[in-house]
Amino acid sequence: MSELDELYQEVILDHNKSPRNFREMTHANRKAEGYNPLCGDHVTVFVQLEEGVIKDISFQGSGCAISKASASLMTAELKGKNESAAQVLFENVHKMLTGDPSDDQAVDKVGKLQILSGVCKFPARVKCASLAWHTVNAALKGESQPATTE
Amino acid sequence: MLMKAAPQNSDFAMGQSSFDVAQIRADFPILQAKVHGKPLVYFDNGATSQKPQTVIDALAHYYRAENSNIHRGVHFLSEQATAAYEAARGKVRNFINARTDKEIIFVRGTTEAINLVAQSYGRSFLKTDDEIIVSAMEHHSNIVPWQMLCEQVGAKLRVIPINHDGEIVMEEYRRLLNDKTKFVAITHVSNALGTIVPVKEIVSLAHERGLPVLLDGAQAVPHLKVDVQDLGCDFYAFSGHKMFGPTGVGVLYGRAELLEKMPPYQGGGDMISLVTFEKTHYNVLPYKFEAGTPHISGGIGLGAAIDYLSTLDWPQVSAHEHRLLDYATDSLSRIEGLRIIGTAKQKAGVLSFVFDHVHAHDVGTILDQEGVAVRAGHHCAMPVMQRFGVPATTRASFAFYNTIDEIDVMARAIERVLKVFG
Repeated sequence: MSELDELYQEVILDHNKSPRNFREMTHANRKAEGYNPLCGDHVTVFVQLEEGVIKDISFQGSGCAISKASASLMTAELKGKNESAAQVLFENVHKMLTGDPSDDQAVDKVGKLQILSGVCKFPARVKCASLAWHTVNAALKGESQPATTE
Repeated sequence: MLMKAAPQNSDFAMGQSSFDVAQIRADFPILQAKVHGKPLVYFDNGATSQKPQTVIDALAHYYRAENSNIHRGVHFLSEQATAAYEAARGKVRNFINARTDKEIIFVRGTTEAINLVAQSYGRSFLKTDDEIIVSAMEHHSNIVPWQMLCEQVGAKLRVIPINHDGEIVMEEYRRLLNDKTKFVAITHVSNALGTIVPVKEIVSLAHERGLPVLLDGAQAVPHLKVDVQDLGCDFYAFSGHKMFGPTGVGVLYGRAELLEKMPPYQGGGDMISLVTFEKTHYNVLPYKFEAGTPHISGGIGLGAAIDYLSTLDWPQVSAHEHRLLDYATDSLSRIEGLRIIGTAKQKAGVLSFVFDHVHAHDVGTILDQEGVAVRAGHHCAMPVMQRFGVPATTRASFAFYNTIDEIDVMARAIERVLKVFG
């Protein structure tokens, strides 16, 4: 498979075309906005957090296929997880996306999100894939400033 | 001036002219490069242009044989470096047809040139409730310095709208001009849309009211013959690196009469004639605005770029660029779902486009895999993106060393984008 085919796999194209949990959430008790100032990508992540567990999660915004698919996959993966599990997943996803040489096992610890592993071959696109993750991180921490990929 | 004419397919098919693009390409070593195993197709000239061997040689020669500080040494090398740097200033004056070398101020680039005028002229002569006019298609570098000035002195920014083709609405400009207007700052060629702005008319309407006009020429100098006296503008700003010269050097042209009235932008060495702790006397033009050791090699390299440009046959260069833009506009228009953003009657060197279902970033990545370098994003012109209701565009921007064949490569690469995204 070429690097390009690895980046734009069927699952990613599908999540781009029909993103899951792509909606505003009126009952959210955590919410954060994220920007990528480089390309203008913009995402809002909504979370309903109950006793440390992500009961519901959704997102809205505009961006490229990678950022949209990553956000969609993320919401599907995080629903039902507790905050600390979400944090561990965030760290492993980040290591996988950046191709962190200190942990080449990270890719095995992210479940279905492995599908995004091709991103690390495209350094200019790492921020697209990580935007939603930085944003959910900010939402869970209750930060009031918009998250950015910078 | 490059005009966008109706497509004439018979001309495109022939693809011939007496302009020898192969010979030109041989002057630019990087154009032989391969990217991802494919020949480089460099369509990101709006961001920065490539450099001919003569410019690269001029930089190397300076460091190898002339390196020394200027305007202050009594020794041989310093005299040589000073002579080379000042010769470059003369080349710039000639290039834009300024009256004297005093009107040519070397800066880091267009951005610094505009900031210089905003801070030096603006803070001296603008006050609360004065108005500054810009257009809706400015680069951020011709918006933010004026917003900063507005915050400092309490002035207001007024914006001339653009129509759906990406042209300035002149009636709106006339309407915005009023007794409170104190400054007009407009781009000559839009970096995001390619529109050539009727700046001569803009200048003359402002001058009827005695208002100074700054033109952002960053995207104009690589494509158009610029004559500041003919344009009549008071300030003209441009960058070396977009006109085949080095990064880190640019030019502010200013009418001497205004520059004389303006205070220095930065203080330091070279911009003074006498310093005591009681009072400092500033140096004469242009040195009053050139504090500190400048980018000496950059200035010399810019001079080399101008020398290179002067060897070209400009009517032929213009005809070739005109053909590239028309051919690209025609071939991309044939691609289903592709929408061109920026359809002004007069355009230079830029083709911005979008798809409804594919984001510019994805287009850019796939084109890159085919060796085609384009820009994907907001092009530092977010208000333009908002005007057209798109988050970003893909922008192909051309230079005279590009070819019709390269446009075919891009069109095929776009077909691949559509294959991936179905």
